[in-house]
Amino acid sequence: MMSANLSAVFYLISGILFILALRGLSSPDTSRQGNYFGIAGMIIAIVVTFLSVGNFSTSLAYVIIFLIIGGAVGAFIAFKIPMTAMPELVAGFHSLVGLAAVFVAIAAYLNPEAFNLGVIGNIKLASLIEMSIGAAVGAITFSGSIIAFLKLRGIMSGSPITFSGQHFLNLIIGIAIFALIFYLCKTQFNYIFWTLIAVSLLVGVLLIIPIGGADMPVVISMLNSYSGWAAAGIGFTLENTALIITGALVGSSGAILSYIMCKAMNRSFISVILGGFGADNSSDNTKEKRDQKPVKSGNAEDAAFLMKNASSVIIVPGYGMAVAQAQHALREMVDKLKQNDIKVTYAIHPVAGRMPGHMNVLLAEANVPYDEVFELEDINNDFANSDVAFVIGANDVTNPVAKTDPKSPIFGMPVLDVEKCKSVLFVKRSLSPGYAGIDNELFYKDNTLMLFADAKKMTEDIVKNLD
Amino acid sequence: MEIDPFIFRLSIFILSIFIGYYVVWSVTPSLHTPLMSVTNAISSVIIVGAIIAALAESRENVFNTSSIFGFIAIILAAINIFGGFLVTQRMLQMYKKKKGKKK
Repeated sequence: MMSANLSAVFYLISGILFILALRGLSSPDTSRQGNYFGIAGMIIAIVVTFLSVGNFSTSLAYVIIFLIIGGAVGAFIAFKIPMTAMPELVAGFHSLVGLAAVFVAIAAYLNPEAFNLGVIGNIKLASLIEMSIGAAVGAITFSGSIIAFLKLRGIMSGSPITFSGQHFLNLIIGIAIFALIFYLCKTQFNYIFWTLIAVSLLVGVLLIIPIGGADMPVVISMLNSYSGWAAAGIGFTLENTALIITGALVGSSGAILSYIMCKAMNRSFISVILGGFGADNSSDNTKEKRDQKPVKSGNAEDAAFLMKNASSVIIVPGYGMAVAQAQHALREMVDKLKQNDIKVTYAIHPVAGRMPGHMNVLLAEANVPYDEVFELEDINNDFANSDVAFVIGANDVTNPVAKTDPKSPIFGMPVLDVEKCKSVLFVKRSLSPGYAGIDNELFYKDNTLMLFADAKKMTEDIVKNLD
Repeated sequence: MEIDPFIFRLSIFILSIFIGYYVVWSVTPSLHTPLMSVTNAISSVIIVGAIIAALAESRENVFNTSSIFGFIAIILAAINIFGGFLVTQRMLQMYKKKKGKKK
């Protein structure tokens, strides 16, 4: 059996390795090494736990069997999952972390001796508070992530579900959670603990259902953060440094990502949480506009002609590209353009896609070198000097209304200055508005040519016409 | 006067939040998706709690109510650990620089 002090040192080492894992992600060159640090940290933590418990009886065999079962399932998912489904996968993984946190908290509650937390019915006060928080946050993460998963997967409608008194209800339940924790500490009745978990599960559902599809990047980041705080809560209960460090890292990571996403949409975190954004309430208005304004539309031949005669092209991909699985066709098109000595770059808005960095992964999968892909602030000035902007699957993030109309719901949101290009090619199925539920002025600009088609089909046709 | 060990853990926690804050801001935006999947994997270090719970059997009985929760948590966390690290690895393998031309 390993001494508690020695194992604490090893947990610290694995915590440091986790920090290095995140640090590695500062550049793609160092990221792979960073991932190995993370794996090493995990192996150390698991081995040290085995040694410090020092129980090598039949249970150990079961632990290893279960570990292998879970590992096999995880590995299978990791290799099979298409990159377009990454948001769902991450949401699903968050729910597992949340549920694991709940189960560990339950196990600790039922058998406090095993964790040195006192005896049943007389658990140390601090431990009880920590494990209740861990269990509550874990349960919220679990049910919230399940809802996010269902919405992303399309099993549940992405439109927000709101009802009157919703925020009031959430407030009441929030207060109830604190009250339950308080009474649990006072009385240590089992049923309060179970009620606490049940109520927290309900909060997770109520918290995510009012949030619409457009805000999914924030939701995923937020749940990422919650899963970290849940882990940290359990870390305090178990007095485990690795878990405390990791929980803090993951918690702040998710919080920063949520902040970046909110900023990219010019929305406050509170307004995202309150939800209701993206409801389809402006459809009449849109229809009117559609009838009034003329739109120029073209076909693949026109697009190919325009691009062939350009000297620089900027590609603006969005979630629609992912849905149509057009990234490989797009890459082919870009290769053709490059053969004609046309400079091609990619412009990515922070909220393009359904999770932070989603577009970058999809382009990387299609073998687009990452040094041709630029973030909004790095490329926005280049639009004015470029000949063609090729917008594929993006919509709201290119809408000039965000800069001009203070009444627009997306006013103030940083957008790509696509309209400054000499000409704009806009691949879209129809003129329907995007997630924000508003019309895109870009459709009606003189220099915009709409290409009404499926993104993949259109790109393939353009490739043919480039020959 | 003795300091409660809780204060030390709290100090570690707070300092780690600051480390997390600075480290995550330095992550390049193009790697935000791998960042999420890897944070997923490392937060599954919660498996240590699950292992402790699962191994805390009573002499006669491998499976009691507490250890069963531990065992299930092991499966959940293991899915996340393997899935998280492997999918991160798979993504990171795809990030390549321009071939040939080097600045």
